[in-house]
Amino acid sequence: MLPLLSAILVVATLTALLLGRYPRPGFTSPLSLLSDPLARKVLFHLRLPRVLVSILLGMTLGCGGAVFQLIFSNPLVEPGFLGVSQGAAFGAAIAILLFGGSLPFIQAFSALCGILGLVLAYRLARKIRFGGWLLRLILSGLAVSALFSAGIGIVKFAADPLTQLPEITFWLLGGLSHVSWAELVSILPAVFIGLTLLMLFRWRVNLLTLSDETSFALGTPPERIRLVLILTTTVSVASVISVSGIVLWLGLIVPHLARRIFGADGRYSLPGSLIIGGLFALICDTLARMVLPGEIPLGIMSSLLGAVLFALIMTRRGFRA
Amino acid sequence: MSNPPALAFAQVSFTYGGSSNGIEDCSFAVPEGSITAILGPNGAGKTTLLHLALGWLQPASGCISLFGKQLGAYTPRDRGITQSLLPQKEPTGFEFTVLEYALLGRAPHLKSLVPPGERDIRIATNALARTTILPLQDQSISKLSGGETQLLLLARSLTQQPKLLLLDEPMNHLDLKHRRGMLDLLQDWRASGKTAVLTTHNPDTAALLADHLILVFPGGGMRSGTFADLFTEENLSSVYGLPIRTVTHEDRRFLLY
Repeated sequence: MLPLLSAILVVATLTALLLGRYPRPGFTSPLSLLSDPLARKVLFHLRLPRVLVSILLGMTLGCGGAVFQLIFSNPLVEPGFLGVSQGAAFGAAIAILLFGGSLPFIQAFSALCGILGLVLAYRLARKIRFGGWLLRLILSGLAVSALFSAGIGIVKFAADPLTQLPEITFWLLGGLSHVSWAELVSILPAVFIGLTLLMLFRWRVNLLTLSDETSFALGTPPERIRLVLILTTTVSVASVISVSGIVLWLGLIVPHLARRIFGADGRYSLPGSLIIGGLFALICDTLARMVLPGEIPLGIMSSLLGAVLFALIMTRRGFRA
Repeated sequence: MSNPPALAFAQVSFTYGGSSNGIEDCSFAVPEGSITAILGPNGAGKTTLLHLALGWLQPASGCISLFGKQLGAYTPRDRGITQSLLPQKEPTGFEFTVLEYALLGRAPHLKSLVPPGERDIRIATNALARTTILPLQDQSISKLSGGETQLLLLARSLTQQPKLLLLDEPMNHLDLKHRRGMLDLLQDWRASGKTAVLTTHNPDTAALLADHLILVFPGGGMRSGTFADLFTEENLSSVYGLPIRTVTHEDRRFLLY
């Protein structure tokens, strides 16, 4: 099943490069590339980086979501829930308010605030006086997210309704329309290192679904490896959403699809989430940029398609490979 | 006695931050190749003793050693190879298959980034076969009955290939046939020279299996010794706080209460 999905991803990537609205809506014939220098430019400088970023985005959110759901033994968490998503959104909104939407500023602010969100949630969790460690993390994640979303509300309230507010709103809905090679290069190190680490731990992460004393009895004290995986996931998630804006549903739903197809064992469900996430984000983003003359926000597109796909796959019997 | 004991507590004290059910000045030794039952009423601190032996809880004072070596001197991995725990209850949120779950027992034997290989799978399937649930190996763990889950936890412990098995109420959820299976398995375990320490609130389990006893009295007192010395009407009556008589039938001890 995994080789098949990987092959589909490769084919989909090549196809997506030829789909778009230049020279006319629909399919760009490979032959026209030879004769039309502008078509080549569109393909290599606009579509290719965007296609690659969308795949990385999906892989990071999918795989990060799968790891988080296993670590927190909770199928309802998404990889940004520890204050990261809302922190990143707040950072982007502030950058738009202060610097009028300069892309590098937005990216830097949202990445920093995303990580700040995790740090706050983590420190708050250490101070909470009741409940197990994971419950405390979840609760403080919720609290920090609420704090940042209040902050976003304030920024929106203060923003210029004609220029800044639409930009904030659009960022909050997610999209990759502004992506170029520069954005790809800026997220590549964090994403590459992050995904490699998560893949390397794909079996051992299973132990973190057990109770802490059982994991301890199996020679794997859970605290350190949990911290490593949470940090790794958060840094790569913060870096992709600093480019894409908020595309949350993906990180929640992709792991469910992957577990449905590959089972819970991280050996299969993590690579599965990686490929399905990449494929899913690629399809959503390709549709988002080609269906209408204007751009459809990626967050809307992924929620729409994701909900349908989710309903289809989760209600089927015997999907397990 | 040339060999050091498999597990030894020396003047171990422990409290759960102020609450009453702690352990005070507890000393005992578990000889290698024996089955020791920790026997006491509910809530007396039996599981606490196991968690101390595991190293999961740290004693406030005193010293715990495992095969002659301080417990604290073991690396987590060596500890995991030396002893295993069959926990009393285990939350299982995700749909692992039975085999995948048993394979988790290989964790202390494998390097952090290495997934289990053919040899590990063979060890896990052997353990599943010994606990009679090999036919279920591809089934989701969420579909297992309580007894099957208990056997799976035992299989995971065996997959760990430890020298010392710690079992927290191993007879829980087992019907008579599986009980018999568990008893046979533990007796074979001892016959092969290995050691087991189990908690039980049921004296019958201890009578069927144990050659050594650790009695945990309701007030927090504790006595350890051979089964023959300690399994008396007087001791049992005071452990459970009600008059108990024992009778012997076909070489087996039964309790009347």
